Amino acid sequence: MQAFSRASGPDIDPEMLQRLQRGLLRFNTCGSVDDGKSTLIGRLLYESNALFDDQLATLEKDSKKVGTRGGELDYALLLDGLAAEREQGITIDVAYRYFATEKRNFIVADTPGHEQYTRNMVTGASTADLSVILLDASKGVLTQTRRHSFLVHLLGVRHVVLAVNKMDLVGFERERFERIERDYGELAQKLGIAAVTCIPICALNGDNVVERSQAMPWYQGPTLLELLNTVEVDESLLASKPLRMPVQWVNRPSSDFRGFAGTIVAGSLQPGDSVRIQPSGRVSQVARIVTRDGDLPKATTGQAVVLTLTDEVDVSRGDLISAADAPAEVANQFEATIVWMSEAPLLRGRTYLLKVGAKTVEATISPIKHKVDINSFEHVATSKLEMNEIGVCNLELDRPLAFDSYEDNRDTGGFILVDRISNDTVGAGMLHFALRRAQNVHWQAMDVNKSARAALKGQKPCLLWYTGLSGAGKSTIANLVDKKLHARRRHTYLLDGDNVRHGLNKDLGFTAADRVENIRRIAEVAKLMVDAGLIVSSAFISPFQSERRMARALLASDEFIEIFIDTPLPVAEERDPKGLYKKARRGELKNFTGIDSPYEAPENPELRIDTTALSPEAAADAVIALLERRGMLEP
Amino acid sequence: MSLTHLERLEAEAIHIMREVVAEVERPVMLYSIGKDSAVMLHLARKAFYPARPPFPLLHVDTTWKFRDMYALRDRAAAEAGMELLVHQNPEARALGINPFDHGSAVHTHVWKTEGLKQALDKYRFDAAFGGARRDEEKSRAKERIFSFRTALHRWDPKVQRPELWRLYNARKHKGESMRVFPLSNWTELDVWQYIYLENVPIVPLYLSRERPVVERDGTLIMVDDERFRLLPGEQPMLKKVRFRTLGCYPLTGALESDAETLPAVIREMSASRTSERQGRLIDFDASASMEQKKQEGYF
Repeated sequence: MQAFSRASGPDIDPEMLQRLQRGLLRFNTCGSVDDGKSTLIGRLLYESNALFDDQLATLEKDSKKVGTRGGELDYALLLDGLAAEREQGITIDVAYRYFATEKRNFIVADTPGHEQYTRNMVTGASTADLSVILLDASKGVLTQTRRHSFLVHLLGVRHVVLAVNKMDLVGFERERFERIERDYGELAQKLGIAAVTCIPICALNGDNVVERSQAMPWYQGPTLLELLNTVEVDESLLASKPLRMPVQWVNRPSSDFRGFAGTIVAGSLQPGDSVRIQPSGRVSQVARIVTRDGDLPKATTGQAVVLTLTDEVDVSRGDLISAADAPAEVANQFEATIVWMSEAPLLRGRTYLLKVGAKTVEATISPIKHKVDINSFEHVATSKLEMNEIGVCNLELDRPLAFDSYEDNRDTGGFILVDRISNDTVGAGMLHFALRRAQNVHWQAMDVNKSARAALKGQKPCLLWYTGLSGAGKSTIANLVDKKLHARRRHTYLLDGDNVRHGLNKDLGFTAADRVENIRRIAEVAKLMVDAGLIVSSAFISPFQSERRMARALLASDEFIEIFIDTPLPVAEERDPKGLYKKARRGELKNFTGIDSPYEAPENPELRIDTTALSPEAAADAVIALLERRGMLEP
Repeated sequence: MSLTHLERLEAEAIHIMREVVAEVERPVMLYSIGKDSAVMLHLARKAFYPARPPFPLLHVDTTWKFRDMYALRDRAAAEAGMELLVHQNPEARALGINPFDHGSAVHTHVWKTEGLKQALDKYRFDAAFGGARRDEEKSRAKERIFSFRTALHRWDPKVQRPELWRLYNARKHKGESMRVFPLSNWTELDVWQYIYLENVPIVPLYLSRERPVVERDGTLIMVDDERFRLLPGEQPMLKKVRFRTLGCYPLTGALESDAETLPAVIREMSASRTSERQGRLIDFDASASMEQKKQEGYF
């Protein structure tokens, strides 16, 4: 344990010493203002003297002015985010508050907003050791109680306190409380919540919050604060598990020191311990645990440390340092639950950045298995997740990742998804398990490979990816190029709407989700054809940057050639070779690119062709010239 | 054996600092010489040891800080072996902006808010560590640890990112920047306890001593140098005072106190939480006005 430099001193009294050695519990609260949540938090803050005098003064004034308690202190006013929201024109999503007792310090994550409830509650619960779910004793277990319990369990909160509030409204009746306790017990069992404590309270008067209730002598369990003071925090549970430390930063001040900085998220370590660097699997020993106050003999879960190893093994940011004899699993395909947090929906086939620990990789959403109705817990089939929806998906990463299931460890099993164009955090997820396919289905090693096939044809295979608006001239130019290549005795194939939409993809429509899948299939087919040694052209609108990026990622870097057929919308609409724009304008065609569906222009295409300046023939020549310059064709 | 709350807060702050250094190109630590800055600098030295913190310190100076603050600033930076950048808004200097003629709002806006933007643009910093805490004010309770700013340094509350677990998304577009608050989850009392436990060097003004002050509108203002403009008939008097927050000396209220040591300050603070609202108004007013300045964009 890292000791602070003045943990004891001449001028320190026992009371202060105790205060300095307090632990920390993080919890979140779920419930609406109607359940008395603000009143409960307000009471906890008040009773633990966490309110400053000016706050109390304001509260007294407001209570007299707008309070609902006949001039007595109305705690709800203290915490009601709504007033602050209105004043500032912002929505308070997750508010953090702080108080302390003699035993512990507390951080409370409170989610007052009604909008975006799932996203906010998930955020608040992600760091909580415990959740307090409030309900109104006169109403019992409601749909929102089910919703809160589901989310809290999903986020792996180990302790749930059901605070049965407003017992005064039901005459402090024991039977009433016990019925709710039974009802909730069934719900908790169904969800698999292991540790539940039900406490009958009256937040308004403080019954069983801090002080034991005089009105409910039949209740023998702990008061809320007693429980908060004693419940075991996750960190002490994790400390006895095998070591996990994601490497955040390599500390290299000079050539003779190479340390690895990170926060220990499970287990402990001491010099001499065998550790495994993952995913590489190399084994080494801990040499030193280095701090500015001297080397440590031991470090444990929760500490941010720098350690050195006895060997010169290759370790970089994102690697996981694990106990050598109990390492994490390594895989690149997973099943995971995803909570979607962005206004643009999650689509199958899309690629996002996935960050877990200190590692960021690319993840593709392969099928979304189902979404979960968080009120009924039913599974519903779907091809996309909208904001605040929760679904179970398969994920495929671009490289192997060391992980634990989220249930075992939030830090090595919890991840965020980041949109690589907007850079926003669009989702959060929990890894369940690796799909064994990665290990069990090995690629058939083929003796006749791409280069052998290409050599036979005497050519370098590649994919010419034409993108642009409908009517931009993609097919016309691609056809001309194909003819020119054929005339040079090159082996080619042209994929376009006619030969793909009528066959392979005839089950797909034109919604955003179907468009993503359409392009995914085309890209995969094109990849096989390139592998066969062909020069492949694909002429599709392919409006979204992320799918084009996905197609590019499937091929070697010099094999993918993006050609942007740049025709302004008015020009394309004027040409309208198939009369589609007119139909779209009349509202007869939905989701038409450029009209009611976006086109994201490429930022760095290999070639941009301005069709208002070049004839189709000249454009085709420009493509051929590009291939010659890149060594794909002999001049 | 689990960690104490201060050990957990320390580990969290170190984790955040390392994450920023690993993910952004040009980080900087805003250093205002106050107690929060003192803790931040101390944490940075621990986070990157044995390397030096891989970023400079930036003091956006108003030329009106307490003399004791300037003394500590230069000493602390030198001891940490870190580069100290001091930026003084040249326009404010040319216009002679000061708290006496221009009032606190204009003074703060021009020197600090505009000065900060100038400095960040000048050095092209893309992440700036700040010492703000969520317990400082109600509206701060929702502030993110990684707070995003547009290329024009605007804060748009609608596009702030959700922060789950220990995962922070530090990706941004060219020109955008972040303010990062490693002390988000600390309370004022935590800061004092940590300063005591870790022996963090602080400006002596935080400890009570006899100092020359004048009383204006119920606030005790220290007469720190000859630029202070006494009103007719006003005479500095010696009072035993300390400061709870430090800023420009003519704008900072002092607090009458007997707390000459850190444990005494900590005890006094703990007690003040239970006392009735008497005698402490000055202090709260001072801290509230400080907060307002921050909202105008300083942080």
